[in-house]
Amino acid sequence: MDILLQQLINGLVQGSIYALVALGYTMVYGIMGLINFAHGEVVMIGTLVALTVSVKLAAAGLPIWLAGGIGILSAALVCMALGWGLERVAYRPLRHAPRLTPLITAIGMSIVLQNLAMMIWGRNYMKFPVLFPKVEFHLAGAHFTSIQIIIVATSAVMMTALLLLIYRTRLGMAMRATAQNPHVASLMGVNIDRVIAAAFVVGSALGAVAGVMVGAYYEIAHYQMGFILGLKAFTAAVLGGIGNIGGAMAGGILLGIIEAFGAGYIGDLTGGFLGSHYQDIFAFIVLIGVLMFRPSGLFGEKTGERA
Amino acid sequence: MKNWLNPRSALGIALITIALIALPFVVGAGGQAWVRILNFAILYVFLALGLNIVVGFAGLLDLGYIAFYAVGAYVYALLASPHFGLHWPIWAILPIGALLACVFGVLLGAPTLKLRGDYLAIVTLGFGEIIRIFMNNLNAPVNITNGAQGISSIDPVKLGSFSFAGKSELFGLTITGPQKYYYLLVLLAIVIIFVNLRLQHSRIGRAWQAIREDEIAAKAIGINTRNIKLLAFAMGASFGGIAGGIFSAMQGFVSPESFSLMESVMILAMVVLGGMGHIPGVILGALLLAILPEALRYAVVPVQQAIFGKVLIDPESLRMLVFGLALVLVMRWRPAGLWPSPERKRELAEVEE
Repeated sequence: MDILLQQLINGLVQGSIYALVALGYTMVYGIMGLINFAHGEVVMIGTLVALTVSVKLAAAGLPIWLAGGIGILSAALVCMALGWGLERVAYRPLRHAPRLTPLITAIGMSIVLQNLAMMIWGRNYMKFPVLFPKVEFHLAGAHFTSIQIIIVATSAVMMTALLLLIYRTRLGMAMRATAQNPHVASLMGVNIDRVIAAAFVVGSALGAVAGVMVGAYYEIAHYQMGFILGLKAFTAAVLGGIGNIGGAMAGGILLGIIEAFGAGYIGDLTGGFLGSHYQDIFAFIVLIGVLMFRPSGLFGEKTGERA
Repeated sequence: MKNWLNPRSALGIALITIALIALPFVVGAGGQAWVRILNFAILYVFLALGLNIVVGFAGLLDLGYIAFYAVGAYVYALLASPHFGLHWPIWAILPIGALLACVFGVLLGAPTLKLRGDYLAIVTLGFGEIIRIFMNNLNAPVNITNGAQGISSIDPVKLGSFSFAGKSELFGLTITGPQKYYYLLVLLAIVIIFVNLRLQHSRIGRAWQAIREDEIAAKAIGINTRNIKLLAFAMGASFGGIAGGIFSAMQGFVSPESFSLMESVMILAMVVLGGMGHIPGVILGALLLAILPEALRYAVVPVQQAIFGKVLIDPESLRMLVFGLALVLVMRWRPAGLWPSPERKRELAEVEE
């Protein structure tokens, strides 16, 4: 029973990170109908920027919470600029090109970002600074840390803010209109270019925060960390119904929990034949299962055929 | 195609043949490493042509293609290495590898028939990763794939007593191992290109094209879309399986690391960059993308030394950086690929109007 609770907590924490990253995918897909393959790389850059800034500032004598705060802020700013630039360079010129073309440019950008990061930060794993005091709590046999609480709380706040943005502001309305029908939206006076750029910028900011969380949680950062994270977050977005904001959140948390349970119980289920290093498989099995039986995702509207 | 026997084409064919025969010796003068790069480029041509059947002909976006390559490579590695103590000859293994890859192709294709576009891409991507994770971890409790260490000292290709590894004297010439493989690969490439050309204009090829353009219409005119799509997956996969087997033999070593998603992505990039569905374009794309990063590897160090007087930036990441930028730029200016088929070019021009 205590294992169950423990896995649930771990899954929730991991899942809220997935959810934040998934939002970046789902917003772009909802509006433009394309997978932003470079999003995972944006998240990685966010982590590394936050790492460098906070370590440098802490070394200069600033208290760690302030250094960390500035670190997160600068990560968000850098990622927003990156997201905006990405859209300008790799996607906007190709909006009317054949469908596979933006996929290739996204892959190209992904390679560029990864190698830029490798040039700047090197190939080695880096230790992410401890930004928050780590206090351990115990509850009914399971234990969790203050960092885990902060991660879940922050992502809840970010998601609420995003929902407010989407459903309570003019920009949000413009985004929803563009997602429904870009052509008609533009006839109604919506500046499509701005809306798309905004989707990239907002998604990247969320990604930066998620990146900092990953760093704080695992206390490690690496230039290749973005890829698999991005893949899983994309899975989460599909699981929830791609293009659906609430779906991405639910999908992310669900995927985190499925993974935690999968990794925790696979050994028992298969009599020790498969161990917890098969953890990564669950995301893909979930993905294939969802797409086979409910391609629109758990919360997506039924669209018969997409793309 | 009709009058390929007229003097001018005959001359052209003769010149190309001579060039193809002489190439490994010309390139080999700059070091055997270049012949090896050339061999890998030809291997990538196999892979790109195989993927082109799925993506280019049938229009099914497959991002897990490397899985079939991996299956072929591991089949060869397991059946011709000290790992299980088996040393089967290549002509026995390649068909098995192709067949098994084919089975995997159908296994992947069957549940994904209803999906299309991006969704299909993601499922195939997940499938590729699952295969890789299994290869990484199937060393316990029963050691099948030897996990992350991979399988080494795999037998080279042997025909009778003639081995393709190491130097040997032939017709008074010293031929190195990579050069021997080169000729084998070129022969295979000619066969594979021929099969692809015939396939494209066959009944099946036209059915694929119909599905690519409009699946519902294709169904309405009586094409069994399910079987035809499965056939595309199966045929594409079997080419991947064959390429994998040869890779294994040439390299003498396989490990899951060679079959990462990045490789699938690279092969897809070759197909799209060259010109989807257009065989000469795909071959061009594969050769370019296989050779360009390697050429950059040799170029970035001297260029930096000439400009800055020393090596400032890690050459490995610099070459990948240039490569990534090249992908972006080419797609920006030539969205249909470097050498698209004439029909596709026309379609794009119509869209723009």
